[in-house]
Amino acid sequence: MINAAGREIPTSIQGYKNIIPYAGPFATQPSADARKAGPKLKAIYPGTNKLLQSIEEAIEASGLRDGMTISFHHAFRNGDYVMNAVIKAIAQKGIKGLTLAPSSFLDTNDELIPYFQQGVLVGAQTSGLRNKLGQFLTTNKIGTPTILRTHGGRVRAIESGELKIDVAFIAAPACDTYGNINGVDGPAACGSMGYAMVDARMADTVVAITDNLVDHPICPVSIPQHQVDFIVKVDCIGDPKGISTGALRLTSNPRDLQIAKLAAKVIERGGYFKEGFGMQLGAGAASVAAGKYLRDVMIRDKVAASFAIGGIVGPFCDLLDEGLIRTLFDVQSFDARTIQSIRDNPRHQEYDCTFYANPWNKGPMVNKLDYVVLGATEVDVNFNVNVMTDSNGIMMGALGGHPDASAGAKCTIIVAPLLRGRLPMVTDAVQTISTPGETVDVIVTDRGVAVNPKRADLIENLKGAGLPLMTIEQLRDMAYELGGKPAPLKISDEIVAVVEYRDGTVLDVIKRPLL
Amino acid sequence: MNKERLRRTVMYAAGNNPGLIQNAAIYGADSVIFDVEDSVSVAEKDSARQLVYHALKSLKFPCEIGVRINHISTPWGYKDLEYLLPAKPDYIRLPKGESGDEIRDIDKIITKAEEECGFEPGSIKIMVSIESPKGLRNAYEIASASPRMIAIAIGGEDFAASLKTEKTRGNTITGGRELYVARSMIVFAAREAGIQAIDSVFSDMRDEETLINEVALVKELGFDGKSCVNPRQIDIIHQVFTPSDKEIDYAHRVLNVFKEALANNSGVIALDGKMIDMPMVIRAERVLAIASAAGVYQKEESI
Amino acid sequence: MAKLLTAAQAGTVESSDILIMLAPAQAGTGIQVELVSPTLQQYGEHIKNLIVKTVASQGIQDAIIHANEKGALDYTIEARVKTAIQRALGERGF
Repeated sequence: MINAAGREIPTSIQGYKNIIPYAGPFATQPSADARKAGPKLKAIYPGTNKLLQSIEEAIEASGLRDGMTISFHHAFRNGDYVMNAVIKAIAQKGIKGLTLAPSSFLDTNDELIPYFQQGVLVGAQTSGLRNKLGQFLTTNKIGTPTILRTHGGRVRAIESGELKIDVAFIAAPACDTYGNINGVDGPAACGSMGYAMVDARMADTVVAITDNLVDHPICPVSIPQHQVDFIVKVDCIGDPKGISTGALRLTSNPRDLQIAKLAAKVIERGGYFKEGFGMQLGAGAASVAAGKYLRDVMIRDKVAASFAIGGIVGPFCDLLDEGLIRTLFDVQSFDARTIQSIRDNPRHQEYDCTFYANPWNKGPMVNKLDYVVLGATEVDVNFNVNVMTDSNGIMMGALGGHPDASAGAKCTIIVAPLLRGRLPMVTDAVQTISTPGETVDVIVTDRGVAVNPKRADLIENLKGAGLPLMTIEQLRDMAYELGGKPAPLKISDEIVAVVEYRDGTVLDVIKRPLL
Repeated sequence: MNKERLRRTVMYAAGNNPGLIQNAAIYGADSVIFDVEDSVSVAEKDSARQLVYHALKSLKFPCEIGVRINHISTPWGYKDLEYLLPAKPDYIRLPKGESGDEIRDIDKIITKAEEECGFEPGSIKIMVSIESPKGLRNAYEIASASPRMIAIAIGGEDFAASLKTEKTRGNTITGGRELYVARSMIVFAAREAGIQAIDSVFSDMRDEETLINEVALVKELGFDGKSCVNPRQIDIIHQVFTPSDKEIDYAHRVLNVFKEALANNSGVIALDGKMIDMPMVIRAERVLAIASAAGVYQKEESI
Repeated sequence: MAKLLTAAQAGTVESSDILIMLAPAQAGTGIQVELVSPTLQQYGEHIKNLIVKTVASQGIQDAIIHANEKGALDYTIEARVKTAIQRALGERGF
């Protein structure tokens, strides 16, 4: 069947739940009698010691069995030691057939490939895949198709009971002896624990793993003791250099700056640039640079934002200090400056990922966005975006909050160079849809800007702004003329991954490329 | 006035670098020059020539594209013309121009190439850069040596070197004093010949303040534009050379007052207590023409 | 018809460029192209054909070419091939 994004979806996929095809960004709602799922009720009485001596002991105490689902958070980015270490220990115990459902995978998780090969892990559910693990899961069939979800979609799946986490292992930068956790203290400080908060409150068993065990009670508390079953202290849970990048340096690449300049102009003239607007900027070079140009306009026109969300980076914290943004809501802190800001500035607020992006609650923050600026690997003439697969059809990206923010924002701006090398970034049809075109409003490239024809209001507002406006077809034609039309990829019929939209419907499928 | 177009920024791209060539025109410069002269090593002159030729023939550019050839006294200059004219650049930029003879020589070569290739006669123009005292002495002769001439420029670093001094920052009033007289003489020669004057490159990418001062100075001296090598400089230069809202408004009012005075046959024309005479009217027209070309002013029916 | 006198190269492995290494070959070898490219699947065939076409257009019938491209567009490929040929024919342009 063809879904509402024009993609061919099979009626059933082995190893995947009942398929509901994507029907539109807000078309699929919770059923009338649906209730929020929850973890097992447990009682821990006074006098109980939660502290265990080793990861192995924690695995035993958690009651982990073959076939269960485990999770981790990815707030440590490429500095995480915990996921690999825990899975190694699980494998050594001979446990098999597990589904691994972290909030995302990073470059460091290539080490997990043997466990997939050996059957320790038979399923993966994630926002993103990188490096060799991404290559592996695209080109090999494991027990079940990999499920790709947005940040909001993952929370929805957990809260609706579709994704049931048996044991969550939470890397905790600071943890007290009764299980209170925060992310701002300790050598492995990572800032917001926004993703981990979800797992902590929804998993049946929660194991905190820390290298910074402190006396009870900790202050501040991000994850409360009453959600935590066990605590393990180890020597080192992560590499600070991988967890938080140093000061973010503004790109000097003239093409990225050109794109950023044009994106800032779209924000300025789009029609929503008024006192109190809300925004999200992606972490890519062009998006961050757009923030710099936007700042100049905000100062010149005396317009302050009421909030900013997304992965928070240093420049946003500076805008907060300057009073150009009134408050930050942080689900993931990217650099040292941000970690310091969330720790010290009360207007920099940590929040749970459900608050950020879950479409099935009474209103996540993305609903209040005026503008979001995000990157893309490619876009097509229907404004569909691909951030998931590369030009060879290999999974190497992450859905992240991209589709969530795009659905919520009044004006979704996608930034990308028209060509990468000679590969056109504006094509007839993207290899994989990660964000449907209905929720995408403006494509900004270094050679032209296209507005979704459905947005007559934006088209009107942007005329006379000095932007190189053209149709998306003209952009595509320019791209094909410059780089040439690429030969189509050879793809098999084997489905290796399912791309879920925020609401759990199937937006697209990823098939194994024939290399 | 027909051959005059906006040349507030003239951006260079090294001719042997495909990444720079194919992206040079996306940053909004009014004019782009593909260079096969100083930015290309001797060993790669042939490479650069081929690359520029193919770029001109295959790619579409949203702005005017010139080619800076090697001077015709070098082993490469004539070959550059032979190879590149058939690719139909919008103009040839001759560096280190010293006499009208050189221009007339190149003019003949271009005429022949236009004939052989079936191009509209006169469609390929010439821009010359003055980089020595002799060139400066002959500036008017050079500027008027051919109807193809569209602008003369001053090559700051080379000029200063030829004076056996260096290009300095100077102060905010005179800029680098070593170029002070030369700059003005270029403007005189250009204006007498009825063509544009382009200032030289400012090479310190980190010093935005001095750049702004230098652009303001050369605008005051009468230059039409400035060369640049980095896209970051384009916006800054445009801002100085593009009429502000205030200037546009004032020009508009001057022309309205003038129009009224003509209609009412009144002798003396005044605006805000100031007398308006012909030079001011001409200046106001020019301001609106530039503003319109720059896209910041919508031209109404001609006044 | 022209005969290559010597091996020659043109271009670089910088982004957007292509390094062409050209060597003469015995009569009857034809134009052989070996291509290294980050987009072999998408453009490999096209680039090889373009190189062969360009070499042939210069009147060369036998040559061995090793090409290493970094996202070069067609105009760059043509230019670098032609320059390499000129150099292999002993013309340097100066």
